[in-house]
Amino acid sequence: MFESILITIATAATPLLIASIGELVVERSGVLNLGVEGMMVMGAVTGFGVTLATGSPWLGIFAAIAVGALFSLLFGFLTLTLVTNQVATGLALTLLGLGLSGMLGEGFVGQPGIKLGNLYIPYLSDLPVIGRLIFGQDPVFYLSVLLTVAVAWFLFRTRAGLTLRSVGDNHGSAHALGINVIGIRYLAVMFGGACAGLAGAYLSLVYTPQWIENMTAGRGWIALALVVFASWRPWRVLAGAYLFGAVSIGQLHAQALGIGVPSQLLSSLPYLATIVVLVLISRNRRLTMVNTPASLGRPFVPDR
Amino acid sequence: MKKTILSLAAAAAVLSLGTMGAQAATKACYIYVGPIGDFGWSYQHHQGALEMQKNLGEENVELAYLESVPEGADAERAIERFARSGCNIIFTTSFGYMDPTNKVAGKFPDVKFEHATGYKREHPNVATYNSRFYEGRYVQGIIAAKMSKAGVAGYIASFPIPEVVMGINAFVLGAQSVNPDFKVKVVWANTWFDPGKEADAAKALIDQGVDIITQHTDSTAPMQVATERGIKAFGQASDMIKFGPETQLTSIVDDWGPYYIERVKAVIDGTWKQHDVWGGMKEGHVVMAPYTNMPDDVKKLAEETEAKIKSGEFNPFTGPINRQDGSEWLKDGEVAEDGVLLGMNFYVQGVDDQLPK
Repeated sequence: MFESILITIATAATPLLIASIGELVVERSGVLNLGVEGMMVMGAVTGFGVTLATGSPWLGIFAAIAVGALFSLLFGFLTLTLVTNQVATGLALTLLGLGLSGMLGEGFVGQPGIKLGNLYIPYLSDLPVIGRLIFGQDPVFYLSVLLTVAVAWFLFRTRAGLTLRSVGDNHGSAHALGINVIGIRYLAVMFGGACAGLAGAYLSLVYTPQWIENMTAGRGWIALALVVFASWRPWRVLAGAYLFGAVSIGQLHAQALGIGVPSQLLSSLPYLATIVVLVLISRNRRLTMVNTPASLGRPFVPDR
Repeated sequence: MKKTILSLAAAAAVLSLGTMGAQAATKACYIYVGPIGDFGWSYQHHQGALEMQKNLGEENVELAYLESVPEGADAERAIERFARSGCNIIFTTSFGYMDPTNKVAGKFPDVKFEHATGYKREHPNVATYNSRFYEGRYVQGIIAAKMSKAGVAGYIASFPIPEVVMGINAFVLGAQSVNPDFKVKVVWANTWFDPGKEADAAKALIDQGVDIITQHTDSTAPMQVATERGIKAFGQASDMIKFGPETQLTSIVDDWGPYYIERVKAVIDGTWKQHDVWGGMKEGHVVMAPYTNMPDDVKKLAEETEAKIKSGEFNPFTGPINRQDGSEWLKDGEVAEDGVLLGMNFYVQGVDDQLPK
């Protein structure tokens, strides 16, 4: 039972982690894309549809990643090339994604999907307690952890990562140094879109293998909050996603056990926990300021 | 997310602009709490609406709907917008739309309002309608008690409103009529629709040892989890057999089509009147999906119970029934009044959960 609870937590945390890591890179480059929910739901419908058509969840996942990136390109074109307001454009992207996915997915409603299989390594997956947890989960779970490692390494250990962060901190100076601010931001936005697409596909192919309209049910917004919660640090995103997952699953178990705490309070625990941690980490204002990308959300128009 | 049926809306616009004075079609409008693609509650209402339009003719009825409208202040705005946009009849299809519906109805006396699952009719232009889903839940309780080896079922509930509380009570009464020691674990998801959370709730319940899952939330996710874990489950609102060919025992299927046809036709004919309708198995509002994945004797018992409820010979809320604290609610042979059921905010004896207040 213990192992099964941990796996449930991992399943709940994985889509949040993937979407947050993507958005973290976007925000580190100085762009605020509030369209995570919309890109996620587009990924979910694409992943499901392509899997249904081809019978291969892997093709579904790749298609979802591609569509997520393409969809974010729309946001990139509007905010980076046409310099529209990022907040408004991001919100519009979410609305568009929710509506468009509902339309595209109309024929998928009520059709059972194909689940992406779990990993199975002989002997190792059969180990007691930790076997399935470490060696027997779905491939995307491992990918999400790898992604966190890769992004942490990229941002803080490579020159390209430093360049990306410099664009996010002061796009004027970066531009003066000859860095292609817009180009880098385009790439970051597309990476964010690809991650959101993957997170969406995780929902429709692993978490609940089916297509239901609005099936993201606000997870894109939680992913956005997690980035702030983590003060733009990849490992804290991982911690935050798992904390959120653990509290969400924990409260359901508390209810099933019949603990005499009102269920409304238990249901709000994940959000309360997020707020509490947020308050705790923002006590030190200077430390928060150090991590916040200084150009976040500010439009960039290169001087001529 | 507004998604009117575009061609119709465009056609109506052309009509009203181009040919002044031409007879405009009757406009029926629907407010849904979830997306129409939830394959559950909102899906079934929308199927009913489509059936109504098909039956009465697209030239006579214009259909408009808003989906995923949150209960509360947003709902009032949505309903009011519909009322202003020329809707002749507005169906608000969730319990939480009760007060907003009545409030808007007061401002638009010429528009007809129909509120599903509520009990307030503060203006003559508000009618309420509901189905006696508890009849189906009683039958499910009987099946659960017969089928469960662990003697515990898991119940994924949405919000502690009378409709849901009534369902839990009926399920428990049904189960305990077969096995007095039968237990039901209730988990409140505090949402009507969040596939991931519903799946998580199902997993939590199964991890705690239940071997039957039933739900009063709207998505097919719990059915899929039950299938994955190899236990049995009941569908909700629509026949979910495709999601669990070897899992679904039965499902309560909401069939709103006949009611919507009757009511919109009444608007067209000018015979619409306020009423409070609460149809059950007898009226065909509550339909049970085929009894599957169970031995013949259980199936027979379920069918017999269904027949008895249908004929009116038996009502699940027939005394003696005590409240959860042991005090008497219904005397021997006494049948619960509809008014009490529609405002039900207490558990009956035998429910092993604390009702959130």
